[in-house]
Amino acid sequence: MLTKRIIPCLDIKDGRTVKGVNFVQLRDAGDPVELAKIYSDEGADELVFLDITATVDKRKTLAELVTNIAKTINIPFTVGGGISTVEDVKVLLNSGADKISINSAAVKNPGIINEMAMEFGSQCIVVAIDTRNVDGIDFVHTHGGRIPTLVRTQQWAKEVCDRGAGEILLTSMDHDGTKAGFANEITAEISTMLSIPVIASGGAGNMEHFKDVFTFGRADAALAASIFHFKEIPIPNLKRYLREMEIPVRL
Amino acid sequence: MKVAVIKYNAGNVQSVLYALERLGAEAVLTDDLEIITSADKVIFPGQGEASTAMKYLKEKHLDKLIPQLQQPFFGVCLGQQLLCEYSEENNTRCLGVFPVKVKRFIPENTEEFKVPHVGWNNLFDLKTPLLQGLDNESYVYYVHSYYCEISEFTIATTHYIHDFAGLMHWKNFYAMQAHPEKSGTVGEKILENFLKI
Repeated sequence: MLTKRIIPCLDIKDGRTVKGVNFVQLRDAGDPVELAKIYSDEGADELVFLDITATVDKRKTLAELVTNIAKTINIPFTVGGGISTVEDVKVLLNSGADKISINSAAVKNPGIINEMAMEFGSQCIVVAIDTRNVDGIDFVHTHGGRIPTLVRTQQWAKEVCDRGAGEILLTSMDHDGTKAGFANEITAEISTMLSIPVIASGGAGNMEHFKDVFTFGRADAALAASIFHFKEIPIPNLKRYLREMEIPVRL
Repeated sequence: MKVAVIKYNAGNVQSVLYALERLGAEAVLTDDLEIITSADKVIFPGQGEASTAMKYLKEKHLDKLIPQLQQPFFGVCLGQQLLCEYSEENNTRCLGVFPVKVKRFIPENTEEFKVPHVGWNNLFDLKTPLLQGLDNESYVYYVHSYYCEISEFTIATTHYIHDFAGLMHWKNFYAMQAHPEKSGTVGEKILENFLKI
């Protein structure tokens, strides 16, 4: 049976992990490769690396990092953050990334999704959507959720699917960082509306939240960062819990 | 031992090379007919679209060479599909090693089944030395919209919407729809077994 995926997300700056990571077994807490290996060994189904390096000249560091990750781990991983051109994608895929994710660049220039899907195939193009609910209406936000747009989230999700996105990474800015649970309602709405997988992100605080997003939220995968980094929820425990709750997971 | 990884316009071949490197195999990415013919093992990776891939293989005369190769040969993902007779993906005539059709997933219930089939799914009814040492129901990582039909050549099945051929075997030809290079320790074991054949 196709399983629900658990995806830790690592924020990267200048080739190093940025958010505090509390892993006692890490020799170097800032080394994304070592952390990736631990998650992979613990049973993470995929990994997402989000590069928050602002400057263009640091992109080379990212490509080198991607090579090192690809050499080390044997599970799929996605690289995102600041990707805007076909050339950016080519460099990262050739370095060994399995998928790339685009966000703001796609909102600014939706045609880039078609271009990337045509060139590399839909399977490696993840479109990340940051959404926020404003007076009962869901709007797409860009630049890490800071800048609001007039684009409705549901409409945008449908559009990126039609343009050839292979997956959607949906982050609820209202839920992100709250640890109060995923945004199940909009996740379910988008997941049932579309024929492509939806990765839910933002709000994971306990194991039950994952169960909820896979059932009520109809998510195909769930992404979280700090609860994994700070060992609040060890991945093996989470997966055993989900299996007990009759959610299909890979153990 | 020399492993030739066939070079063509397929995505993420790098991961296959890294996986072989982790297993200590000496692998070379090549479309050179002589190097491929003289290699001890040949891996035919894949990711991409069938008709474009076939066009490229024809240009390089690989379409004639591949079916004649004698050494252990392993087609992966699109590589498995291209070894078949025909693919519904853009109505493509493929290499014809396996007299099998490649079809598109058509879910009856789109809310329950999405296409592409993305993620980890089980292998059942494992046969042949390629899958030695693996548990029934082992998980492997899939990303695909087209699948190979079950046939007498099927050596492991996976269920998504219906059963399809997870792996296939005929003579020296092996093929796998999932990505062994991305399937954790299970995938590593399959590649290791292949290198021992």
